[in-house]
Amino acid sequence: MSVDTTSVFAGVTPEPGAAKPDPILVADSVRRQFGGLVAVDVIHAEIQRNQITALIGPNGAGKTTFFNLLTGFDEPDGGTWTFDGHSVGGTSAYKVARLGMVRTFQLTKSLARLSVLENMRLGAGSQRGERLFAGPFRWLWRGQEQDITERADELLARFRLDQMRDEFAGNLSGGQRKLLEMARALMTDPTLIMLDEPMAGVNPALKQSLLDHIKQLKDEGRTVLFVEHDMDMVHEISDWVLVMAEGRLIAEGTAAQISGNQQVIDAYLGAHHDVDLGAMDDQEAMEKLGLDADDLGVEALAHIGETARGVGEPEGSA
Amino acid sequence: MNWSLIVWNALYTGINAAAAGYCLVASGLNVHVGYTGLLNFGQAGFAAVGAYAFAIPVATYGWEWYWALPLVFVASILFALLLGLPTLRLRADYLAIVTIAAAEIVRFFLNSVRFTWLTGGSDGRNQFTGFFQDLNPLENNARYKLGAQSIDGYRLFMLFVGWGLVALIALLVWALMRSPWGRVLKSIREDEDAARALGKNVLMFKMQSLILGGLIGSLGGLILSSQQQSAQSGQFATTLTFFCFTIIVLGGLGRVKGPIVGTIIFFFLIQLIDNTLEQATRRDKIPEWLVDQNNYGQIKFVVAGLALAALVVFRPQGIFGDRREQVFDVR
Repeated sequence: MSVDTTSVFAGVTPEPGAAKPDPILVADSVRRQFGGLVAVDVIHAEIQRNQITALIGPNGAGKTTFFNLLTGFDEPDGGTWTFDGHSVGGTSAYKVARLGMVRTFQLTKSLARLSVLENMRLGAGSQRGERLFAGPFRWLWRGQEQDITERADELLARFRLDQMRDEFAGNLSGGQRKLLEMARALMTDPTLIMLDEPMAGVNPALKQSLLDHIKQLKDEGRTVLFVEHDMDMVHEISDWVLVMAEGRLIAEGTAAQISGNQQVIDAYLGAHHDVDLGAMDDQEAMEKLGLDADDLGVEALAHIGETARGVGEPEGSA
Repeated sequence: MNWSLIVWNALYTGINAAAAGYCLVASGLNVHVGYTGLLNFGQAGFAAVGAYAFAIPVATYGWEWYWALPLVFVASILFALLLGLPTLRLRADYLAIVTIAAAEIVRFFLNSVRFTWLTGGSDGRNQFTGFFQDLNPLENNARYKLGAQSIDGYRLFMLFVGWGLVALIALLVWALMRSPWGRVLKSIREDEDAARALGKNVLMFKMQSLILGGLIGSLGGLILSSQQQSAQSGQFATTLTFFCFTIIVLGGLGRVKGPIVGTIIFFFLIQLIDNTLEQATRRDKIPEWLVDQNNYGQIKFVVAGLALAALVVFRPQGIFGDRREQVFDVR
């Protein structure tokens, strides 16, 4: 961890919804429900400017849904959030991106039948040639296109994709596509870059260079928010970590603070992961779990269990 | 069998004014399907709007052509907006359903008895091609030889007008698709969420594509009705759309020359099969239990369908598509 981390987050209490000295993104009561399932219910969250923040949590915790909501790819059932002073709740995705809050996707979206270079060029914002009436007249956008191409080539070289420049993006490997998507997002010159599982499917040899790329983003003055399951990566590069479980923000802190947090361990492994329920009888197990037999209608459950066994399912309701 | 006549006839069908009209309608569809990935199954509706927006004011109200021509543009833009505003937010398959329905609504309206005073009903609209006849440097009713084919001056002139328009449109499409604007369309075809995430106003680009392709289709409809000097609602049935789909798949989706090559090959083959069968059945070269003179007309579509199926299986990128695009899985 870099040295300045301690200074920026020194006064921040490691608790869910903690206030930060200079937040770039502030979300309040963001809620999203799919039928009866509350996918996201975040009461308050702040992301510190020019830091690398990780968003972790077990599968189904609502991390990606939260990402989708913040970037305008999904509509919330309620809530407000501001990015860099702009209120962006309910804003369409493309406007959010134009403000400088740009995301990548968990399932890479490389544009298969466009060349790598064209993928990159697409990323550049406010292009004159993207206007219908300017399109047919090359002299109107030629100069700008050259500048864009130059910038694209620089980024491709940085991400070691320069030898793939003229290939169709569909011909790249999974890891290269991840790199391409990140590089393409950088073409927009984002203030806040949101990476959804940047390490998924990337081979170990490539991982270290990807980590360096992300660190470099911070050095360039950008803010990074990423969702990741790879704990090594979280430990290595994140300045601050948010933990989500069942749609809620359950913990915050530095990676070191988080790894000792009982609630986080419970969320990942289940609250009673270290208890061997199989060694106890029913009553003891119920007590241990703090459950009430009457509440659960255990008789009914037992009955169901018998029925299941009767039908001949050897591992039944376990 | 008279092979020279059969081949000449087939060649002429591949390049006549009607083929040019089809080629324009297909070029518009290529902008939608080939470049933007908009599954428009109602391209015939745009063609109908183009034909009648010119024919009705001229034939029914005696407008001058220079007022009627802008109306073609206005009407097809309005039709595109009407179609696009509610549906472009939806997934591709919904657009397909809505567009096919809209095109059929247009056709039934044009064919309805109630609006015969306006549209001519099942008689269609005639006598609106004075503009082209006056413009024609050739003698409108004189016969001209084109190979073994003898055609009148009007059709020959419309052949040049039609293909001239095709060339202009192809140039426009080429210039647009190499531009950053075309790049955004292609990115929408590949993955519209990715385009959105990069700050592109996807809805606006889709609408522009729908309008542009629709406009081109309307011009195609205008040529189709003008070359036969009659706007008929029956010309704009769903088969027109499906022929155009066949044409652009044949030529290669998302290629500038796709619709041109596709049109020529499609109509050449259809006519070749048709004439061959016609002569063969007449001269008893084919056993009657297989094909007779009453049903050979349907066989050409069976054969064409088989040919198309074979093409999609063995050369899915079309005749001029890029083989590399098929090497990897597109989705």
